[in-house]
Amino acid sequence: MAEATTNPQDEFVAPAPEPVGRESGSLTRIIQELVFTVDHKKLGLMYIGSGLFFFVVAGCMAALIRAQLFFPSNDFLEPDVFNRFFTMHGTAMVFLVGMPIIFGFANYLIPLMIGARDMAFPRLNAFGFWVFLFSGILLYFSYLGAPGLYAAGSAPDVGWFAYSPLTARAFSRGTSTDYWTLSLLLGGIGSISTAINILVTVFCYRCKGMLLGRMPLFVWMFVVVAFLVVIALPPLSACQIMLLLDRYLGAKFFDTQAGGSAVLWQHFFWIFGHPEVYILILPGFAIASEVIPVFSRKPIFGYPVMVAASVMIAFISLGVWAHHMFTVGMTSLGNTFFAISTMLVAIPTGIKIFNWLGTMYGGKLRFDLPMMFCIGFLFQFLIAGLTGVMLAVAPFDWQLSDSYFVVAHFHYVLIGALLYAIFAGIYYWYPKAFGRMPSARLGHWHFWLFTVGFHLTFFPQHISGFLGMPRRIFTYEADRGWEIWNQISTVGVLFQIPGILFFVVNLLYSYFKGPKSGDDPWDAWTLEWATTSPPPEYNFAELPEVKSRRPLWDLKHPEDPDWKFE
Amino acid sequence: MANVVRKSGLGAAGYPAVFAGFLFALAGGLYGQGAGSEYPMKRVADMFQPLSRPAEMIHGSAVMVLWVTGGIFVVVTALLVYILLKFRKKETDDGSEPPQIYGSSHIELAWTVIPILITVVLILVTSRTIGEIQNAKMPENALKVRLVGHQWWWEVHYPELGIITANEVHVPVSDRDPAKARPTHFELQSADVIHSFWVPQLAGKTDLVPNRTNETWIDPYEPGVYFGNCAEYCGTQHANMLLRVIVHTPEGFEEWVRQMKAPVAPPATPDEIAGHRLFYDTSCVNCHKVDGTVAEGVFGPDLTKLMTRQTIGAGVAPLDDKNLWQWVKDPQVLKVGCLMPDMQLTDKETDLIVAYLKTLE
Repeated sequence: MAEATTNPQDEFVAPAPEPVGRESGSLTRIIQELVFTVDHKKLGLMYIGSGLFFFVVAGCMAALIRAQLFFPSNDFLEPDVFNRFFTMHGTAMVFLVGMPIIFGFANYLIPLMIGARDMAFPRLNAFGFWVFLFSGILLYFSYLGAPGLYAAGSAPDVGWFAYSPLTARAFSRGTSTDYWTLSLLLGGIGSISTAINILVTVFCYRCKGMLLGRMPLFVWMFVVVAFLVVIALPPLSACQIMLLLDRYLGAKFFDTQAGGSAVLWQHFFWIFGHPEVYILILPGFAIASEVIPVFSRKPIFGYPVMVAASVMIAFISLGVWAHHMFTVGMTSLGNTFFAISTMLVAIPTGIKIFNWLGTMYGGKLRFDLPMMFCIGFLFQFLIAGLTGVMLAVAPFDWQLSDSYFVVAHFHYVLIGALLYAIFAGIYYWYPKAFGRMPSARLGHWHFWLFTVGFHLTFFPQHISGFLGMPRRIFTYEADRGWEIWNQISTVGVLFQIPGILFFVVNLLYSYFKGPKSGDDPWDAWTLEWATTSPPPEYNFAELPEVKSRRPLWDLKHPEDPDWKFE
Repeated sequence: MANVVRKSGLGAAGYPAVFAGFLFALAGGLYGQGAGSEYPMKRVADMFQPLSRPAEMIHGSAVMVLWVTGGIFVVVTALLVYILLKFRKKETDDGSEPPQIYGSSHIELAWTVIPILITVVLILVTSRTIGEIQNAKMPENALKVRLVGHQWWWEVHYPELGIITANEVHVPVSDRDPAKARPTHFELQSADVIHSFWVPQLAGKTDLVPNRTNETWIDPYEPGVYFGNCAEYCGTQHANMLLRVIVHTPEGFEEWVRQMKAPVAPPATPDEIAGHRLFYDTSCVNCHKVDGTVAEGVFGPDLTKLMTRQTIGAGVAPLDDKNLWQWVKDPQVLKVGCLMPDMQLTDKETDLIVAYLKTLE
């Protein structure tokens, strides 16, 4: 590994020539820097920033969806407008919010954590970001371009998993579905290039002494994520291409009128779709595995087992896709197989939860903002995991599938677990990225408002699911027993919105007014805290050498270093 | 059967509050017993009040998994709360680091083996229930129904009885005693996109997939009107693709079959005759079928016995004079986006066609 990182250091120290005719700090200059940069840290922040932007956009759509469902037989939104909202909400939250934010974290942190100067392929990295950004713009441009702002066509309305043959030209006229397809194809290219970049960086650019078994768990889990992306994204791209062939060149893959198969699309989509769930949640695990030890003042409990469990989750996740298809009429043997494989995921997942608890046990817990969000993550991920076990029981799934129970389940996964981990991560590494501490006061408002709102919104959806409410309906009759649960659900939004406002205000306010953080405000142990806050473009003045999993612990406790025990 | 809706309060059915600590306070029976309705209206499709064998078997495994996961939830949450209270940094903390523990293979083995054992139990129960429901043998006397999904309505065939209707499936009541049971066996097909049959109190859902025939079955224990929805997103009016299963007493079912097979009285009054002519002069017949006439269309619902139904537009509104008139005048008002176009009828023409349609009973 060493030979890859022995670049002469002064190459990085030399100041870049000043661009002529531009005032430093001016808007044009900033834009110029953002467009031309190949620095992994800037790209990481740009990923996270654009992810948060799409999060707000797609969140507003969700708020309007909830407003429509507040009353039975409400006519606030037209059916087609509603259908476009939930399609765009789902697609955007997965591909334009979840994916870029996790890639942002990976980009920013992996080179710092493994003691490298940048990602392996900085230009590919920038390419990945811009491809993602344009895929997002393309998707949202469908509102204007597919065609018409509010006219027939407009944005995609086929749902985020776009089941065929609803996407065939007979049922989806105009070009809205093509915007969806092309946007996902484009985004897939960006994701795969970033994943390859992560793998090469981790395997070739680790600093001296950073053995695979000494990498922070964060890095390990992103290795697993990157492998999953490389394996799972191509089937998605393949079926998007098949769909385009169907729509424009008369292929018959999914055209049931001509003997094609509607179920084939589902297999393709979920072979991507289920690993995608783990692609999204493993980074949540990654963040929790960094934050929980530091704020418990103990090393992670059972490091090798945590790594093994992550790898096991990834393997199993490639063999569970048809649990999304228990209702399509598979044989009892097929249903049983996928029920069993799905339940097996519970084992490594359970191990992880217990290991986090084991890390906290016997520690000295500090309840700073990152830790608060991690505790929220743990509690909500527990619920999400258990409702996942219910869904894995195939007969129960025949009732729950495509009901509001499923909506509740995956929002507990993606908000309750992933988003909480992302909030924890943002608060944890904010001082590293900007050199200033986030405000704890504003952060508490954010935490409590958002947590109350989150549970108010999503917990009742379990119950409306039990009472037979299907998902993706723009209206419902009175007296089906669903009003009260939907109303509580919508009220929860009124808590979530100010929660998010406090978060955004905190990010902006602390950037200008936050107290200076110093290099290592949390007294942490991984390499990113060894450099300045914010880190210089070349990351480390001198490339570090590590002897254990917690190099900064060794530095701070020379009398009791980790490497003696590993 | 008039479709009168009466608001009734939430009943307090007692489910075990599994997921303890958290209240799975479930709404219980909320039955709107419509005045004049022959059978109780089971509007709240509560899957925890199953009234048919497949739903009951699902309920059994559901309750079991709720207890198991509820137990895990309580134990782990208690552990989490204990750790948070016990190990928080004290005011009097001396600033030293706690003992650094890297792991313990014994403890880790324990919390690997216990989840494995729980998983094995769940796997066994699940596998058995899947087989029992999916591979159940239908008795000779089972009623056969073919359900065909359309955007956004249900076509209902009784191949053995020669009856075709829409959006309301009439079946006889069955019995818990296998000797007396008369289940209904469904063949599920689709004419366009994927739909899903879901009447939670009677059975779990099964999709209606184009180019394929799926199967499911029910054997309802109590007469009643059971509510369900299309459960797979199928386009604009997915929300208004509602389904009712009307479970008759054995005599009631025989009576319904007799009614469906009786010939329709020819139009008699001048309005009915004029409406009849108008119906066949307009393009209604391209999509709709009325038995024994030249109306042979198959794109829309069969209208032969239109007036025997409780609702119009696959449940979008009760079938009464006002709604029927509105529907004929411009269906896009009641169900925007539905595939029946506005036929540009004048009010007078609408009156006449409604007069004719009302003879179809």
